[in-house]
Amino acid sequence: MADTPGFFGRLANPTFFLKLSGAVLPWLTGLTVILMLVGLYLVFFFAPPDYQQGETVKIMFIHAPSAWLAMMGYSIVTIASIGSLIWRHPMADVAAKAALPIGACFTLLALITGSLWGKPMWGTYWVWDARLTSVLILFFLYLGLMALWQAIEEPSRAGRAAAILAIVGSVNLPIIKFSVDWWHTLHQPASLTRLDAPAIHPSILIPLLVMMVAFTALFFVLHLTAMRTEVLRRRVQALRLTQVDAARAGEGARA
Amino acid sequence: MTRKQRRSVLIATCVAVLGVAVGLVLFALEDSIVFFYSPSDIAEKNIKPGQRIRIGGLVEEGSVKRGDGTQVQFAVTDTAKTLPVTYIGVLPDLFREGQGVVAEGKLGGDGIFVAESVLAKHDENYMPPEVAEALRKQGVWQGAGQAAKAN
Repeated sequence: MADTPGFFGRLANPTFFLKLSGAVLPWLTGLTVILMLVGLYLVFFFAPPDYQQGETVKIMFIHAPSAWLAMMGYSIVTIASIGSLIWRHPMADVAAKAALPIGACFTLLALITGSLWGKPMWGTYWVWDARLTSVLILFFLYLGLMALWQAIEEPSRAGRAAAILAIVGSVNLPIIKFSVDWWHTLHQPASLTRLDAPAIHPSILIPLLVMMVAFTALFFVLHLTAMRTEVLRRRVQALRLTQVDAARAGEGARA
Repeated sequence: MTRKQRRSVLIATCVAVLGVAVGLVLFALEDSIVFFYSPSDIAEKNIKPGQRIRIGGLVEEGSVKRGDGTQVQFAVTDTAKTLPVTYIGVLPDLFREGQGVVAEGKLGGDGIFVAESVLAKHDENYMPPEVAEALRKQGVWQGAGQAAKAN
């Protein structure tokens, strides 16, 4: 693999990554805008009110995609962390680090929208059931990983520490997913990922699926942008270091 | 084995061990992780009167009786066992017969559960009102209760 790098091997080259992502981003951004507009139109003008929830069901069109991205974001962090530990490649660290604040934001969005839905439907903003608590732990994991990156100055050491914590934290992912099946929770079980047909009428399901795809596209736009920023930030830092070294060498020669 | 393979094996082993450990902990803590007990759990676990717990299930059809003011009586069922509940206070909008409910309170000495708070539990079904009505007419689906029982 070291001699003839495949697609992923070439992608791990920061220069190639900057080139490719720079070419892809405008298209992906345009696609995201279109999907978002179509999704929002369907949500507000096509999706009927629910037979029990009324218009409150509209919160779900933000809540479910946010919760999905909270999980997908952490899955990306976990996969990148495994890559980082095995191959020790800086680009894996970049991918993991860049996904953290985005995942944290969507987790928070899922928590807030869920809470706003819970008050009129359940009669409470918050309960400590297995689903809500495990998602709150996911949010704290994101914050902890971000703090860890800030706390350790040297990127490769920070990357390794964060990767270990991220992989340890990944045991939370199946717990979140299956919490509603393993224990009695106030949160309802999954509507979409079931062995039989989804428990959602097509008139509500289609807008939801479009919103899911739109949010996923948005995530990748943000993630690619954040990764590019991180690559460039590291380059600036490397340039500064060589300048400092050069200045020091110059002073040494004069003295 | 190359270093990469050795690291992969090490990571896989650590994750497997951690997963098993967490699994065992969660299994042992099951009683504290569940948000509520079903009426069958209450009968099985021999819960003492006066102990603060949450019970959950479906509001039994035809069991809701309104008393003075906001006083209300209903029965919570998991189709196997049924538990009578009394509650004074405002019920959530989604509270109705056949619908999931979670009540927090204490079991009285007379076997009646005295609730201090009542939460509605929403199921995973979403549909427009016309579809719900049509399904009900066809007798395919008897409302939220039927769907929740299927779980």
